[in-house]
Amino acid sequence: MIPAAFDYKRASSAAEAISLVGQYGDEAKFLAGGHSLIPLMKLRLAQPAMLIDIGRIKDLSYIKDGGDFIAIGALTRHMDVEKSALVLKEVPLLAHAAGYVGDAQVRHRGTIGGSLAHADSASDLPATTLALGATYVVQGPKGERLMAAADFYKGFLESALQPDEMLTEIRVPKMNGAKWGFEKFNRRAQDWAIVGVAAWRSKDASGVALVNMGSTPILATSVSAALKSGASVADAAQLASNEAEPQDDLNASSEYRVHLAKVLVRRALEKASA
Amino acid sequence: MKVSITVNGTRQEKDVEPRTLLVHFLRDRLQLTGTNIGCDTSSCGACTIHLDGEAVKSCTMLAAQADGGKVTTIEGLSKDGVMHPMQQAFMENHGLQCGYCTPGMVMASIGLLKENPNPTEEEVRLGLEGNLCRCTGYHNIVKSVLAAAKK
Repeated sequence: MIPAAFDYKRASSAAEAISLVGQYGDEAKFLAGGHSLIPLMKLRLAQPAMLIDIGRIKDLSYIKDGGDFIAIGALTRHMDVEKSALVLKEVPLLAHAAGYVGDAQVRHRGTIGGSLAHADSASDLPATTLALGATYVVQGPKGERLMAAADFYKGFLESALQPDEMLTEIRVPKMNGAKWGFEKFNRRAQDWAIVGVAAWRSKDASGVALVNMGSTPILATSVSAALKSGASVADAAQLASNEAEPQDDLNASSEYRVHLAKVLVRRALEKASA
Repeated sequence: MKVSITVNGTRQEKDVEPRTLLVHFLRDRLQLTGTNIGCDTSSCGACTIHLDGEAVKSCTMLAAQADGGKVTTIEGLSKDGVMHPMQQAFMENHGLQCGYCTPGMVMASIGLLKENPNPTEEEVRLGLEGNLCRCTGYHNIVKSVLAAAKK
């Protein structure tokens, strides 16, 4: 399969990328690792007239300690997130989830920012960063703005990014030793989750988010509210799909997804409560 | 556009369309047909090559993204007619049946041992999750990788 023809430009900085995308507007797409975009282009589900390759912007590939949070450059590859000692120590849930994206070859190329900006509710990292209460740093022609992960996802493959904006950094609050669970139910090892759950729990708070339970990643706020008011894990997990609107597809009916979400939320929370 | 990619030690400068996939560049422009196209959807791993020392799927990359990089394909593994230890291990352990997935399996396995030189059987199976064998010959593939790790 061969993508439709397009023009190609390479940006060497975020500022250059934003200026380029400003010139080409809606016709242009950013290319990071390409592991979400190129498959869509090969299937001709995406046909951008201009690709702006941001994959070589070296200064957007980093993992830093930001005090209360870990700052991850948008072009940091999944493999680097997965293996980072800092991420493993401070946000182990994210390191674990990054290690379940695709397969080793995909993780060598795919980037965290690319995965989040692609805004696929079936991907693991949007839900994981949502559960962790991450903040995204977005750069546009007028400067930088911060966006909560909870405000970022607008619809199927649709984010709050404007066409001339670029996701540059992901700030993930440190877990401070909170326990966590990550459940991914799929038929084959490397598939997208039919349903996935990222969850963490500390003494007085929790975060639970669902993969592939709607057109966006879903924050299961009812579950966290129930836990806070003293419900057992088993009872709270029954509320797993309160905020979700799961679809039917080849892999599962929406009813089955609701069932899976309850079971997987319970399992994830049991691990996070052990 | 012009790209310059060092493939198996030889610098290759070619004019390509931006949409040229790396696997097509290797197979059609350089006639390096050892790298196979299987699923063409980044699932099966038959097209696995090394870019700057890391296993990647060449059907899901543009040649433009590899511009300036170093690529190794299955053709670049043997030295002076002597097979790479991984190729040798696949041969000795019957790590192939029809052979279609083999170039990708060998490249992915070399990448795996580079990152984890002494894997357990489970780690080999997990590490090769991105490569499918339609003959379902996984058992001997895993055996081959474990044998190569001991060499």
